[in-house]
Amino acid sequence: MQSALPWHAGVLDPQGAIGVAERTILLNATAIMLAVIIPVIVLTLVFAWWFRSGNRKARYLPDWSYSGRIELVTWSIPALIIMFLGGIAWISAHDLDPAVPIRSSVAPIDIEVVSLDWKWLFIYPDQAVASVNLLVVPAGTPIRFRLTSASVMNSFFVPQLGSQIYTMPRMTTRLNLMAERPGNFSGLSAQFSGDGFSDMRFDVVALRPDAFNEWLIATRAHGGMLDAATYTHLAQAGSAAAPATFGNVAPHLFEVAVMSGATASAMPPIAPSSGEMAPQPGN
Amino acid sequence: MLGKLTWAAIPYDQPIPMAAALLVVLGIAGTLALVTAKGWWPYIWREWITSVDHKRIGVMYLLLGLAMLVRGFIDAIMMRSQLAIAAGGAQGYLPPEHYDQIFSAHGTIMIFFVAMPFVIGLMNVVLPLQLGIRDVAFPVLNSVSLWLTAAGVLLVNLSLVVGEFARTGWLAYPPLSELAYSPGVGVDYYLWALQISGVGTLLTGINFTTTILKLRAPGMGYGQMPIFCWTALASSLLIVAAFPILTATFAMLLLDRYLGFHFFTNDLGGNAMMYVNLIWAWGHPEVYILILPAFGVFSEVIATFSGKALFGYRSMVIATLAICVLSFMVWLHHFFTMGAGADVNSFFGIMTMIIAVPTGVKVFNWLFTLYGGRIRFNVPIYWALGFMVTFVIGGMTGVLMAVPPADFVLHNSLFLVAHFHNVIIGGVLFGAFAGYNYWFPKAFGFTLDERLGKAVFWCWFIGFYLAFMPLYALGLMGATRRMQHYADTGWQPLMLVALAGALVILAGLVLTIVQLVVSIRTRERRRDLTGDPWDGRTLEWSTSSPPPPWNFARLPQVQGIDAYWQVKRGGKGPTAESTESGYEAISVPRPSATGFVTAFFAVIMGFALIWHIWWMAVAGLAGIVSTALVHAWRVDGEIEIPVETLAAVERARPEAGATT
Repeated sequence: MQSALPWHAGVLDPQGAIGVAERTILLNATAIMLAVIIPVIVLTLVFAWWFRSGNRKARYLPDWSYSGRIELVTWSIPALIIMFLGGIAWISAHDLDPAVPIRSSVAPIDIEVVSLDWKWLFIYPDQAVASVNLLVVPAGTPIRFRLTSASVMNSFFVPQLGSQIYTMPRMTTRLNLMAERPGNFSGLSAQFSGDGFSDMRFDVVALRPDAFNEWLIATRAHGGMLDAATYTHLAQAGSAAAPATFGNVAPHLFEVAVMSGATASAMPPIAPSSGEMAPQPGN
Repeated sequence: MLGKLTWAAIPYDQPIPMAAALLVVLGIAGTLALVTAKGWWPYIWREWITSVDHKRIGVMYLLLGLAMLVRGFIDAIMMRSQLAIAAGGAQGYLPPEHYDQIFSAHGTIMIFFVAMPFVIGLMNVVLPLQLGIRDVAFPVLNSVSLWLTAAGVLLVNLSLVVGEFARTGWLAYPPLSELAYSPGVGVDYYLWALQISGVGTLLTGINFTTTILKLRAPGMGYGQMPIFCWTALASSLLIVAAFPILTATFAMLLLDRYLGFHFFTNDLGGNAMMYVNLIWAWGHPEVYILILPAFGVFSEVIATFSGKALFGYRSMVIATLAICVLSFMVWLHHFFTMGAGADVNSFFGIMTMIIAVPTGVKVFNWLFTLYGGRIRFNVPIYWALGFMVTFVIGGMTGVLMAVPPADFVLHNSLFLVAHFHNVIIGGVLFGAFAGYNYWFPKAFGFTLDERLGKAVFWCWFIGFYLAFMPLYALGLMGATRRMQHYADTGWQPLMLVALAGALVILAGLVLTIVQLVVSIRTRERRRDLTGDPWDGRTLEWSTSSPPPPWNFARLPQVQGIDAYWQVKRGGKGPTAESTESGYEAISVPRPSATGFVTAFFAVIMGFALIWHIWWMAVAGLAGIVSTALVHAWRVDGEIEIPVETLAAVERARPEAGATT
């Protein structure tokens, strides 16, 4: 899977709409700034060389320390660039807000993410399946993530799909991503979370919708049961040996994780109609 | 009796910390033995440890920073070598529980105990001299600041041998730093070391702010202050405003850990995000506390070695103060990925970008200071030019990450690590080296070796690019910070390049020490008898090198920017402060052990609190309070220098430009 580019599997090789848009912004902003940075670097070196004390051809202006016109330019150039970049920042921050759903003719799929010490639990609430360190998604379908942490902070990040977002205990964050085509990507935690942090990696597998449905059927048939006891066991500190799947998931497990972290048994029973349980950061 | 402290606290089973500790202990024991054998103790006690002379205190800050630079750099080399080998299935030689301590210690030490002492040390040495005054506003308090910083240093290094250091990263985000996830003493070492040194830093901020606002040479209005003093003022104001936030934030975390509070815990309504907000409300201004004085150094160096007045003095002052104010309005850019809405994120993104405007103005003004100059290529200008080239790249990647969607894919990656090293090494550290080479002859009366100085520069400059440009690329490839190992072997070649870069920087660090030793050994050849080796522009160059304890026998009369330059160009010389005889008796503060004794008790208190030895903590606190009381009731705090002594010292001084 090594490609010729050194950027293989990175954020410069995006495989989804969000990632593509973010790469564009990254490259555009860099290009805009390089238009000033490169001349500044060149001028620094040229001025330093030309005005060296040994060069008697250079004019010496010991008292030249003010020019209103130059001052105007030195304030204007950075100001103009920043106005331009600020516009880009404002528009793109709204367009690519992680909480904003992706516009598509395909109906989105909901996935709930719980970061545990030190593994990732993915719950498909509508399909009642779940997996650990394995995120299987249908290609071309918008994915609506809701995320939380059952222990410390982590950051959910699939570099080739785009935006990362924190997972935080007792809170829910939202993220919308989409894989354009079938493929395998790697995901990770981008926020240090303790001794097992380096192994908090997960495989992302984007399948054609029909293959995704087959995966669901197979998982329901063969995967184990994820109930409160299994969850509590899973949430104990330690790295996952290998990705695992569950074909039967207790309802509202995500809400349990949001409200009581790693100990599901301590939870009061949850009414089926319960909606958002935890405060949303930022609103 | 001894709280949590047992023999098990010493990590006998871990060869690396034990060997390191043994080396340090032997080094310290050797030094102490040498000092005792040579009978240097009275001199060191009288002239250094109890000194309240701002120049001596500044030199001790710089030495402390240099020693900790070595410590922090050893951490860096260990991390780079670990990552150079821990690819694919390999785990390297540092297990996570050790590796996590190393990166936490590296960040903590480099910011609090290297960058801060360098910056504060330079301000100490230079500020009163540039202002044309005899000392800072509160000389004894200055000594207290120094020794409290040293107390923090001691506690952090003690954690190497007794117990452990934090495994949380340098800002100790909860809930990871809460008791539930970090039950050991590591976080407590971190918190108490920084609480104690933080008090020292705050006192420095108060001291310097007062000094600059209230004690300038006659005739020096704000508009005539050297630009380094302006940046020092902005930095001191930021310290006064920001460090209490740090102290309060840590106090809340300490209450969580010691008394079962729930400010930032997962349960009972705690909110860790509040900590993240608060710590960055201190943390972002901290960046400017460090970089603004470095900007000041570069302004002085570029003007002096170009033989030209600084271009756009007024713009520079406005830009400095604009950065000072704006730095408090950008903290949220450290966590765009927390999920705050688009309005919040873009507000803070745009505020962050706005800081780039005054910063850009500064760069342009340095550029136009070079223009029309007659540039002498001594060591300080190398650092200044290296800074201008390097810093704009770091500034660019910073503005890039101020665009929230770009940050969504770059946050917490090695790209970010490369960015902040780009601005802190390329800005603060280069500034410290420029200032060190520039003002060393002022502090000691002889210049540093130029050839070795240039070799040091090239090692750091080339080493920096080799070490950190690969990290930019790795970040774009999806590598995060704080990994102890990684699966993708495709990253390994760049990791090896980064290690090579770190080794080149190591050569630079070794050469720094060689430069110092060689310069001291050949000092007779390199004496600067004029007091003005660089054809300087500001008042520090008008007195002798090293200056007498009272700096100026007569306070200079200032009539404009670059006061000393104007004097040298003839005419408007500094007239005597008083009339005919020229001299008046001067009072200088007596040496005081207050700072050292306070810090001694602070170490005892901190250590006791870390290990829950309550009686000892009370004793330490009682010691601090008693020391303060004894100082407050002192009878005679000053020595008078008679007119004859002043006149004799001035007569002994070789003819310098100013005495015409």
